[in-house]
Amino acid sequence: MLGMSLREAAAALRLGQIKPTELCQKCLSFIKETSFLNAYITVTEDFALKQAAEADERFIQGKPLGDLDGIPIAIKDNFSTAGIETTCASRMLKGYIAPYNATVVQKLFDQGAVFMGKTNLDEFAMGSGSTDSIFGPVKNPWSYSRSYIDKTSLSHHAAKDDSDWVITGGSSGGSACAVSAGTCYLAIGSDTGGSTRNPASHCGVVGLKPTYGLVSRHGLIPLVNSMDVPGIVTRCVDDAATVLGVLAGHDPYDSTTIQDPFQPFSLPEKVDVRNVCIGIPKEYHAPGLSAEILSLWSETADLLENAGAKVVEVSLPHTPYSIVCYHVLCTAEVASNMARFDGLEYGHRSDIDDSTEALYAATRREGFNEVVRGRILSGNYFLLKRNYEKYFVKAQKVRRLIADDFVKVFNSGVHVLLTPTTLGDAAPYLEFIQEDNRTRSAQEDVFTQCANMAGLPAVTVPAALSSRGLPLGLQFIGRAFCEQQLLTIAKWFEKQIDFSPLQFNRDSENGNIVQQYSKSASSV
Amino acid sequence: MKIGNLPQKAGLLGAMRVVRWVGVVGLEIHAQINSESKLFSSSRVQFAAPPNSTVSFFDASLPGTLPVINRRCIEAAVMTGLALNCSINKKSLFDRKHYFYADLPAGYQITQQRLPVAVNGTLTYRHQVGAKWNQMLTKCVRIKQVQLEQDSGKSLHDEIRRQTLVDLNRAGVGLMEIVMEPDMSCGEEAAAAVRELQLILQALGTCNANMSEGQMRVDANISVHRPGEPYGVRTEVKNINSARFLAKAIDYEIQRQVDVLENGGTNLNETRAFDYKLGATIPMRDKEGKQDYRFMPEPNLPPLVLYDSNSLPANADPDQIINIDLIRKNQPELPSVIRERLVEQYGILPEQSFILVNEEGLQEYFQTVVRMTNVDPKKIIGWLINDLLGHLRQQNLTIKQSPVSPVALAELLTLLDNGSISSSAAKQVFQELCKGGEKTPAEIIKEKNLGLLKDRMQLEEICQRILNGHQKEVAEIRQGNHKIMNKLIGLVQKATKGRADPVLVKSILEEKVLS
Repeated sequence: MLGMSLREAAAALRLGQIKPTELCQKCLSFIKETSFLNAYITVTEDFALKQAAEADERFIQGKPLGDLDGIPIAIKDNFSTAGIETTCASRMLKGYIAPYNATVVQKLFDQGAVFMGKTNLDEFAMGSGSTDSIFGPVKNPWSYSRSYIDKTSLSHHAAKDDSDWVITGGSSGGSACAVSAGTCYLAIGSDTGGSTRNPASHCGVVGLKPTYGLVSRHGLIPLVNSMDVPGIVTRCVDDAATVLGVLAGHDPYDSTTIQDPFQPFSLPEKVDVRNVCIGIPKEYHAPGLSAEILSLWSETADLLENAGAKVVEVSLPHTPYSIVCYHVLCTAEVASNMARFDGLEYGHRSDIDDSTEALYAATRREGFNEVVRGRILSGNYFLLKRNYEKYFVKAQKVRRLIADDFVKVFNSGVHVLLTPTTLGDAAPYLEFIQEDNRTRSAQEDVFTQCANMAGLPAVTVPAALSSRGLPLGLQFIGRAFCEQQLLTIAKWFEKQIDFSPLQFNRDSENGNIVQQYSKSASSV
Repeated sequence: MKIGNLPQKAGLLGAMRVVRWVGVVGLEIHAQINSESKLFSSSRVQFAAPPNSTVSFFDASLPGTLPVINRRCIEAAVMTGLALNCSINKKSLFDRKHYFYADLPAGYQITQQRLPVAVNGTLTYRHQVGAKWNQMLTKCVRIKQVQLEQDSGKSLHDEIRRQTLVDLNRAGVGLMEIVMEPDMSCGEEAAAAVRELQLILQALGTCNANMSEGQMRVDANISVHRPGEPYGVRTEVKNINSARFLAKAIDYEIQRQVDVLENGGTNLNETRAFDYKLGATIPMRDKEGKQDYRFMPEPNLPPLVLYDSNSLPANADPDQIINIDLIRKNQPELPSVIRERLVEQYGILPEQSFILVNEEGLQEYFQTVVRMTNVDPKKIIGWLINDLLGHLRQQNLTIKQSPVSPVALAELLTLLDNGSISSSAAKQVFQELCKGGEKTPAEIIKEKNLGLLKDRMQLEEICQRILNGHQKEVAEIRQGNHKIMNKLIGLVQKATKGRADPVLVKSILEEKVLS
């Protein structure tokens, strides 16, 4: 049951095979069983059971609200939830309870979704590992999969200890982990430079970043306002389309959302790619790209070509400048957005209160981790009057060039771009933390953040397992507001691949998930 | 100007006289927009509401909240820009201006630094140059820009308990920052320009412009120089909460700067505050002076796009669009137009129309009196300016607080006009009315027996008595010095407490003296 897609679960609820409360309880107990993954910061058990009971009632009345009614979901802990703690995985907001729901949260509640909890992330969504949280790192559930244990114990006979687990990617690692492990059917993430797609790829699930302006940011605690988009993490492409239908559209509380009404869509069962033109951007042969992903990428291009699609090599010449440009724009907005955390209205407040200035300084030093403080410092540097033209304005110009690259390619007749999502599979935690957050973010976001710079929709779809038995994803980037076309092609690919979802390595005797590698190695 | 000529020229004028220092004054005015709700949130705008009672999640800068612009505020800025002869930018932008302050919860203010909504306007104003009300000069000041921005909250410092209390009711209220170029040279000019601006904003209804309630706040940039030379170092004077203090603060500051220079010193580029108790400007703790505001485009607000009738998109939803031409068409009558109309309609002098419009409530008062009596408006305005306003100013009262109601004044002037009382009796009645009793002019006249004395017998008797006592004057008149007659008339009036019918008195006296 927990391995089903959202649509399948919705069908089971509709057919009365299971009641919302039963489904909710199953998820809650599995959340407890997998709590070692650290996917959730807050589990909202009572809230979920209350919502599920209301859903029960609606199903009994024969009046469910829609596809999401009674469906367990999770929300990244940087979306405001009324009455439930919203921490951004930071000491600064620990204990902060927002008095309102983010628009996406409200829309999901209005559809009867059952809210299981708030998922873990890098502090203020700054990171690509979900390792920089005050609540500790998120563990990739695939670390405990049969495929990973089998492959790695074959190659290394040495006994493993518990720290050999691999990261989820980030920053929405908790959301990707929650969906991948099977503790909920949908998790909302946020995507500023790849924060939804990166962990979705590492956790073997679908991660959709919609077009900027299609889904409201109201209530999402911002990282970079001009790039942030709520992300959708599901087990299949159809589910992502369903959820997009619920979330998309104008929001009077977000002036950057589209004015035109959005028509929800479902994807066709039979997809024909013969009239589709797929672009392969040559600049995405980036340094550090693993051989596995490279061959997966080219096999997929062949697959599409063989199915009758037109596959062309295209150029996005300004791609190499994107990361550095992103760094300037991101830190500048971070410096600005973080200015409100001064300890006065909400959040952490230092005991040092000799003067207002001393209070600010101590509060911010104590409340933010080094990554956040570092970005604030660089951002303020770029915004100084003497540097503004040299850095910020220049970066904005480069951003425009990057966006124009995409426009040119799409104007040439390309419908969708096919690229890798990540350089390789998920890194073991101990290896990942060898490099600092900034270096990792620059490496990990290389294929994803261009879509944020240009505001384009992009989706990662699980494509294969690596030689270590970990998921690999590929990314499709579409034209602005052409999610239907993008997801249709993504669905076609998903069907061809038939990726098998995570199978936990369970103890043959008691059926529990095996958490100790040493034990599993001996049991093999 | 050739520098070499200066001493020579000065020498010609005499060693004592050097070329005068001239003040250079520019103004930055923050006008609170008169709107139901704030610039970017739906919380109410209300003066003197209980602390922190009109604060939305956005105003308190709760994370995740976003600005949504208030249409009324945009319209107010466009209206104001049009009234100040500005060109309206079809596209304007919002920026963040960063600084840490307890009453600025977001750590930045949303303003329009790069591209404001209105630019390049002018404001024409008149001001009194001499001691007399009818000596006026017309001047013009350039308006650099009108920009929309958020107001901050208020910090209340409790020195005893060493704590600061923050009230966010004002945080996020819409402001129009109106920048006047340094085209003024003294406090009087600046005060007159601000007064004219106040009248315009009040006529438009875009701002109540009450300085004491902080709805309009004026900062002055002041420097001095000798004509023909570059501007001197300027100071910024803040904390000015009335037009009167504005004039005082500027004149004080100009004189202070001149004194510094005359004594061989140099002026500092600093922020000063006006202390109205001292009547002086004093340096402010200058933390803001050298701040780098790290301006950045506001990413949560799309560019503000305005349309005119030519650029209006087809099928546009009128609720989603602001049409400049429509606002221009519906613009209310501005003070300058009202003045012209008053001059034309009532035959009064332009200077009088200035006073009528500039004194709050005087125009309405005037028009009420005009409506209630057939007396020539030219006569009415004389009474209003000389007698009523004179009295009110002396007593430091506003028109609204006037003890003399328009009804009473109309009655009084009617009685004067139809010859029921003499003009000196009218003045006495007016003085009586100023004391603020319940009595009508007719009642006062009756009570004080101030009605015109028309009884010929009685008047002849009085006149004879005066003539008897002034034989010398009578002789002079008879010798041809007719001017002396006025003295005798005056003596009769004195004797009758000004009640005697002047025409009758004159004819009786002439009869008695000359026949």
